Amino acid sequence: MKSLFSRIAPPALILILGLAAWEVAVRAGQVPVYILPGPMVIAQTLVRDWTTLYPSLLVTVLITLGALAAATVLGVLIAVLFAQSKWIELSFFPYAVILQVTPIVAIAPLIIIWVRDTATALLICAWIVSFFPIVSNTTLGLNSTDHNLLNLLELYGASRRQVFWYLRLPSALPYFLGGLRISGGLALIGAVVAEFVAGSGGIQSGLAYRILESGYQLNIPRMFAALFMITGTGILIFVVLTLVNHFALRRWHESAVRREG
Amino acid sequence: MREAPALVALRGVDKVYSTGVEALRGLDLTIREGEFVSLLGPSGCGKSTVLRLIAGLGELTRGTIEWSDHAASSARRDIGFVFQDATLMPWATVSNNIYLPLRVRGVTRAEATPRIERAMEQVGLAGFGGAYPRELSGGMRMRVSIARALVAEPKILLMDEPFAALDEITRFRLNDDLLELWAGQRWTVVFVTHSVFESVYLSTRILVMSGRPGRVTAEVPVAVPSPREPSFRTSNSYAEQCRTVSTRLAEAMQA
Repeated sequence: MKSLFSRIAPPALILILGLAAWEVAVRAGQVPVYILPGPMVIAQTLVRDWTTLYPSLLVTVLITLGALAAATVLGVLIAVLFAQSKWIELSFFPYAVILQVTPIVAIAPLIIIWVRDTATALLICAWIVSFFPIVSNTTLGLNSTDHNLLNLLELYGASRRQVFWYLRLPSALPYFLGGLRISGGLALIGAVVAEFVAGSGGIQSGLAYRILESGYQLNIPRMFAALFMITGTGILIFVVLTLVNHFALRRWHESAVRREG
Repeated sequence: MREAPALVALRGVDKVYSTGVEALRGLDLTIREGEFVSLLGPSGCGKSTVLRLIAGLGELTRGTIEWSDHAASSARRDIGFVFQDATLMPWATVSNNIYLPLRVRGVTRAEATPRIERAMEQVGLAGFGGAYPRELSGGMRMRVSIARALVAEPKILLMDEPFAALDEITRFRLNDDLLELWAGQRWTVVFVTHSVFESVYLSTRILVMSGRPGRVTAEVPVAVPSPREPSFRTSNSYAEQCRTVSTRLAEAMQA
């Protein structure tokens, strides 16, 4: 695939140049490591502290994926419920919006107090942040079915269930996948923010806790190493969801089909 | 002329949309078995509304639709509908699109396959079963749409300006193919169009409609050579009948 190379090479080159410039600047300016460590130092820290950081990464990733899975399942179910009747949608949609617009930092302490198990509390926080794009996009998709196709099925005497499975669900797929891609990033953000609020989470401590801890200890290289791991996880989630999107839609949806030049 | 038995009749039909638009007033028309009837009129004269009402999509405000006795019970399920745009499911292959009406009726894929194949052959789509709609030209998509209507073996085929968006060359070919299919199958066709030439070329009878509110203002039987051939398109008889219909249409638009 030629296009894959042409899509990866330019940003990769920018990354290498950027890291090199960073390294040179830090060395030339003799910036102390507790202000801004260079990429080399960060990489060394990453390797040296791997035994501490890796379990934390697992904690954060598990919460993120758990929240994303819950957001997908519940988000789609809620959207399907909304699509059943305009009244249900009108009655409940505002509450989905309220949940979405309330900053998670503001409600996370409450959730952590209410839910005894920290991991569950973090999961709930990350879920609240990430479920909305799936709900709103999937609802939109379910309501965007071609009216003539709906007429056609009515003409053939199709049941509500048939209309749903044969028409509405497949037409909602591109919208759902678009929402999922946004939710993937949000789940990670939600997980990290909730961890920050939770602070010392006992034995199970995620990457955000490592960042806090490194901050207290002025261990800036480790802070950066944890930050890189979070960013890397986010990029990975995005790439995976983009691939899912591509393979699900490549034969039929305009967004995924390559234009002939 | 020997009159075939009526298949469906609309009597004194009014249709007012919820927006208050009066689409039809006092519309009377009868469609006979085996006819190819064109509804001809300017845009917005309610042609498509008539088609939708025959299809059972939407309620009448006043009046009745009567199906002939033997058609009545199964009429709704014996209707094929072709829209102006092909209205295909973009996520499904050509053969799965054609499968749709059978799928709704609970026919298994294995049972349906020979029927799908036959419908594709009829419209000249053999070998395209695995293609997706977006990979096809407009004319080919319309063929898929027609095959989907045919696969359910309808008694009556309702076509709502099916070729209006196609280029002339494609339209002529589809006209000829449609006539050939009709000659072979003898279902009843109700064809909505705003093209005088298309209506004369295809139909056995033309109902000229005028708008606001929609009603039938003239009825023109078409004298057709048998068998109908593409050469009809350039014959004197064709030109003369087009002139007659054009005059009726002009009158309708002034009425």
